[in-house]
Amino acid sequence: MTQSEFCIKLVDIHKSFGAQAVLRGVDLDIERGATTVICGESGQGKSVLLKHILGLIRPDRGQVLVEGEDVTRLKGAALNRLRTRFGVLFQGVALFDSMSVFDNIALPLRERSRLPEAEVEKKVTAALQTMDLEGSADKFPAQLSGGMKKRVGLARALQLEPDILLFDEPTTGLDPVKSHEVYRLFFETQKKLGYTSIIVSHDIPKIFNLADKIAILHQGKVRACLAPESLQRSRDPFVRDFIVRVMGSAHSSRDEV
Amino acid sequence: MLGDGGWIGLLESLQKLGRWGLGSLESLGRSALFLLHTLLGVVQAPYKLRPVLRQIQVIGAGSFLVIFFTGAFVGMVLGLQGYYTLSKYGSASALGAAVALSLIRELGPVLTALMVIGRTGSAMCAELGIMRISEQIDALDCMAINPYRYLVAPKLIAGLLSIPLLTAVFNLVGVFGGYMVGVVLLHGNGGAYLASMRDSVTVVDLKMCFTKSLCFAFLLVWICAEHGFWVNRRAWGFGAEGVSRATTSAVVVSSVSVLVADYVITSLMM
Repeated sequence: MTQSEFCIKLVDIHKSFGAQAVLRGVDLDIERGATTVICGESGQGKSVLLKHILGLIRPDRGQVLVEGEDVTRLKGAALNRLRTRFGVLFQGVALFDSMSVFDNIALPLRERSRLPEAEVEKKVTAALQTMDLEGSADKFPAQLSGGMKKRVGLARALQLEPDILLFDEPTTGLDPVKSHEVYRLFFETQKKLGYTSIIVSHDIPKIFNLADKIAILHQGKVRACLAPESLQRSRDPFVRDFIVRVMGSAHSSRDEV
Repeated sequence: MLGDGGWIGLLESLQKLGRWGLGSLESLGRSALFLLHTLLGVVQAPYKLRPVLRQIQVIGAGSFLVIFFTGAFVGMVLGLQGYYTLSKYGSASALGAAVALSLIRELGPVLTALMVIGRTGSAMCAELGIMRISEQIDALDCMAINPYRYLVAPKLIAGLLSIPLLTAVFNLVGVFGGYMVGVVLLHGNGGAYLASMRDSVTVVDLKMCFTKSLCFAFLLVWICAEHGFWVNRRAWGFGAEGVSRATTSAVVVSSVSVLVADYVITSLMM
């Protein structure tokens, strides 16, 4: 595989918070247009890793290359320019709680594009329809269920038509039906827009159905980054132990989605 | 001679002192950078009027009643105390000058700022703190929306416009409150009240009042907003308790800063 097929490369990322070393040399390549799932036990630094990609946290050592540009060295306008390529669905969704659903989705368009208000309204209405949120436009985030919040977050993340979408625990706190709904919307929008996605998730083995690659983060390092099928066939004792612990039996079908 | 335990204790104390010193320097640097980013946010295009008007509504219109009643009662107390004291020296006719000068030079700007800190500064800090801990500010960063321009700059502009106006309201209502007590209630000379006020209040006094209210507005928005914006960078950390402690600290630090600045400005403009 040539280098141009990777849109993000993490090179030897180290990060400590005080005396606690969270990342201890993470190396990871993210394939363009594919879905990479980062999994691992709680507290392994998965969300911290996402924040490195977004330039919200700077590493103590290492490089975060997005399309060849080192995020760790970018500042101000250059960093903002790069960030317009990202869409993010935060773990807690991070909707603006004093704004209606409509205004939340419209915010990136109003602030980052020069579209007239009529065009913004058209785009937001279409997004509300895609996400099955008609009738919720005037509601506030506090009036929404967990699943609806995630859908609003996804709609907002997609407004600027990003090349790369980052999901931090997209289905945490949702029941299986709502999780399935979020995955369905994710799958449909990715098929339509063709974005590269990185998903941090605990939703194993279900998330494996969406993944092209699965990276296992353990003790501050990526211990394996393989396709789901290869992961299940791996002879690496750590990977085998991980598979047995989290899955029990093999799951590699996409039919569920 | 110090024993091993004594040396270790001394070194630990030095270490604590060094840590405190470095922490304070870091905090000062962060505050200065926050101010710089906010000022850049003020001048950064696109300029949007609506967020500023909304903040004027919150800071200015929302504080109007509080300022009105505070101004009225402070003026009334000044009228009462002033009349009692000046009457002892047969100078009750100077009551208008005493009330007006006390209000315009000192009490108006200081008490307006303190009331706005209590009412709006604390809310500003809590709002930004909650936005920080619920990742809303990170979300803005990720959408390449400058949070200083979007969240803080409108507050600063609105504060600089609203607080001098609120101070003017405070002074006006206070002078009227003093008149009600000194003239209407205690049967002082109304003409003398107004004449002494007109003769004693100069442009210099009004300049001092305006300068103070502008500086206090600047300080209170800076300190309260910074405490909320960087709630996660302080020792009290994340969570509801962190926001609560940040809010308390914002109110205390900004109130003390206003009083210190009051002394400095008074001494420079006397």
